[in-house]
Formats: sequence, structure tokens, C-alpha cells
Amino acid sequence: MSTPLAEGLHARPAPEPDRAPVRLVDQFQLGLDAPICLTWELTYACNLACVHCLSSSGRRDPRELTTAECRALIDEFERMQVFYVNIGGGEPTVRADFWDLVEYATGHHVGVKFSTNGSRLTPDVATLLARNPGVDVQISLDGATADVNDAVRGSGSFSTAVTAMERLAAAGFTGFKLSVVVTRHNVSQLDAFAAIAARYSAQLRLTRLRPSGRGADVWDELHPTADQQRRLYDWLVARGESVLTGDSFFHLAGYGDPLPGLNLCGAGRVVCLVDPVGDVYACPFAIHDEFLAGNVRSPGGFAAVWKDSDRFAALRAPDTGGACRSCGLYDACRGGCMAAKFFTGLPLDGPDPECVLGHGEATLTSRDAGGRAEVPAPSQDHSRRSRADHTALGAGPGRTPTRTVERVPVALVPRRPDRACDESPLTGLRTAHGPR
Amino acid sequence: MSTTLDPPAAAFDLDRPWDLHPRVSLRREPFGALAYHFDTRRLSFLKSLDLLAVVESLGASPTAGEACRAAGIDDERLPAYRRALGTLAASGMICERRPR
Repeated sequence: MSTPLAEGLHARPAPEPDRAPVRLVDQFQLGLDAPICLTWELTYACNLACVHCLSSSGRRDPRELTTAECRALIDEFERMQVFYVNIGGGEPTVRADFWDLVEYATGHHVGVKFSTNGSRLTPDVATLLARNPGVDVQISLDGATADVNDAVRGSGSFSTAVTAMERLAAAGFTGFKLSVVVTRHNVSQLDAFAAIAARYSAQLRLTRLRPSGRGADVWDELHPTADQQRRLYDWLVARGESVLTGDSFFHLAGYGDPLPGLNLCGAGRVVCLVDPVGDVYACPFAIHDEFLAGNVRSPGGFAAVWKDSDRFAALRAPDTGGACRSCGLYDACRGGCMAAKFFTGLPLDGPDPECVLGHGEATLTSRDAGGRAEVPAPSQDHSRRSRADHTALGAGPGRTPTRTVERVPVALVPRRPDRACDESPLTGLRTAHGPR
Repeated sequence: MSTTLDPPAAAFDLDRPWDLHPRVSLRREPFGALAYHFDTRRLSFLKSLDLLAVVESLGASPTAGEACRAAGIDDERLPAYRRALGTLAASGMICERRPR
């Protein structure tokens, strides 16, 4: 698994007592002195090999941050008042020091939400988690039935996740998250996912399939079709705030009313990603040299990377809108997701690959018509080396074959992403001024 | 923020002693402050520096109304601050202080 995203958090702008409303979005656009929250992939090691893993996890990186370094980083988050971290991986619980680090963080004013496939969630662990109010848990499940889930996440992973949810519920942990990456094959199961969440007193969270990491290999086959996206949008609108999305689907806002959320890309502005070896990226979906801002082991540590990185400075610069600027729906979707564009080889100032008007699809078609896909080559990959891993864990009757794309490195200048990504800590935020 | 008040916001009692919830962290920002509640995992935005000043002085003031006055909030502005404090109280960011 590897979708450690930000929310579970319901942001509310309390108080705007008596003066001209401050547009928080404008403040956030320019970046804050410290992240509100961040994603921390604690390890690239994973006992699963999900076909769409956005961090291409599998093998542990020998350069992984040590326990002492992790603690020092938590201390730094505490000093900067980073309120919470979304811990993922890889499968973070395979680190022997994982539970200690969770305790350490929550004891140092850094809240924790962690994503897990549930494999290490024993009854004793569930009891401990239920007792710690500073911890939230997110169980990853990508099918409401074993066949659909296991085709993507590996044989037995459905049963593992369900067992973990049973244990959390039995321990009295209510309101944990059931986190689903929406695909072409599970989008018809939304009601079933909601029923599973309700059964365990959990909250359903749907996020967008990104073409990041190994997701790039399967995105063409797994991302929802245009018709499915429309139905997904309608379903989300009908459900309102009862279903979390991490602001994932803002690119669908052009269909009509905006979905709950603030519609701001927080990448490098109010959120970021720290990877297992301490590299700092703009967001969890952008693990690529193009979005690498620095490393926490360098002088000045994380704070210096956050404050001084040229890459982050570029993300915080004012917005131009590019090719999408003249579109009537630009205010709604603001060009979509930076990472989704980058990893499908689309220009960052053009339409999202899943643009509701079909502009992205048209661009992709012309991209592919060139005979080879100009998709950025991954700059790191911790997948287990044998493709047999996928065959063993991920293959099944319903599994579509992995597409092999001839990858040609392209140099893209990161311009400002205009939209909220899944990392937005602003999910649920409502303002009187709408999601601008 | 919704234009309609939550009932708790409308009922906020300025004459009682209040305080920041012990599990809430405030982080000063150019627009005011971010407030994060570690138990409910809720984030709130204090969208003015004056409001931040009020919230910061709640614990040392005999009543919330006194905290407002200490922060320079006059009678004309007081209703808006009462509503804002009510919103914070409704989400548990501030809580009534027990007599010491």
C-alpha cells in the first residue's frame, strides 16, 4: 500500500469576526512557514506489491532513516508545530520501531495518522491504538470483494484488511478510515464500500488513482473511464461530507457544484512528503527528481529544506494558469493535479489527463500517436526486482496486464500546480466564499 | 463558514471563564493562527490577529468578555467575537474553565 494521505481532519474556519474576510487560499498559495501536516513514508519495505503503488515500494532502502534520525525529525516537526504526520510507506508497520515512533510522535505534539494494509494489526496493537487519541488509522482496501481487491493488492490482502478492521472495531476504535483508491474495476462498488465502512464504524475515504510510481504502469488500464468519473462525481455529491476524499477529485469539479474541500494544491505550500531516506518532495504523488526539494540529513535539516528550497519557492509563486486559463471551467478545476499531468507526460500548465471536457484525453491520444509515450522515467524504484512478485501477489483472473511503456526522460519545468491534491489538509473546510 | 450559527455559537456565554483546550495547539500565522486539536484531529483557522489575542488571553481572564476587552474589542465588535468564540467552543477548541 502506499496512499498515506492527509485527512481525517475536518478543517473549519472559525472565526472571521469582523473584518474583510481573509482569503486563506491566498495565504496558503504563498506557502506557510511550516507545513500544516505532511506525509512521511517511513519505509519502502512492503509485504505487498500493489500494482498501483505510488511509491514503487517493495524493498527496504538501506539508507533508511534510523530510529534516532526519525526521533530527531519528530523533534523538528514539534518545534515547527507541524500538527500531524500521515505515515505511510511501503508498509510502515514492518519497521521494528514503528509503534515506538508513533508513541514518540504523539507524545511530542505531533499527531499521527498511518496507512496500513493491516497485516501487523494484532488485537493487542488494536487495543493500544484505541487508547491513544493522537493516532488515526487508515486501512487500505481497493475492492469491496476479495476478487476485485486482490487483483490489485495481492492474494489474501482483502481478508487481511477485513481482519484488521474487525480488530479495530472490537477494540472500540471508531472512526478509523477505510481508504479506497478508485479504479475502473471498483468504481461500481461504492455503495458496498460504504456498507463495509459502516459495519466497522469506520469512515469511507475515496481517493484518486494517480499515475505515480508503479501506478504509471497500470494507470491506462485502471483509471476510471469518463462515464465512470461522472457517476463517481454524482455519487460523491450525493454523499456530501460523509465520505472523505482528501480533496482528491477536484479535477471533477467542472461537472457542477464543487465537491467539499478548498481546491488548492498544497504541494510544497502547506504540505510535502518526506521519504524513507529523508528526501523531501512536494507531495506524495510526486516522488521524482523534478519535485525533490532536498534532504533532511543536509545542514539545516527539514526546516531549511522547507524554507529555502528553490523547488518549493517555484511552487509558491503566483499562478498563471497556462493553456487552461481561457477555459470556462478553470476556476472550478484549476487545471487539475500536477503529479497526474507530470507522470502521464502532459505539460504541467495544460489540462489534467482526466479533464472533464476531454482535453487531457485528447492530449494523451496525440502523445501516444507519436509511437512512444513521452512519460518521465521514474527516478527511483524499490519494487522487488522480479516481476514474478506481481504475478504471485497481484495477478488474478481480473487483473489486466501491465503495460510496458517505452520511457523517454523529458525535462519538465515544474510550474505551479493549481489544485488541491490528496495532501490537502483543508478537506472539509468550508468558507462563505466558496472553494476559491 | 456557514452564515447560520450553530446553536452553541449563539449561546456562547461571555460572562463565564474560558480557556484553550489543553489538547489544542495554536500556531501563529500572518492571518491569525492555526489551531489543531490533538484529540479530535480537527484543524481550525483563527482568521484575525485580534481573535488570536483574545484566545490567548482567555486563560488569564476572569471571563471571556474580559478577555475581549483586554484585547481591545469594543462593544460594537463584541457580538462578532462572541460568535467566533462560540464556533471555537462548539468544536471543542476552547472550553469552560473550572473554578480554580
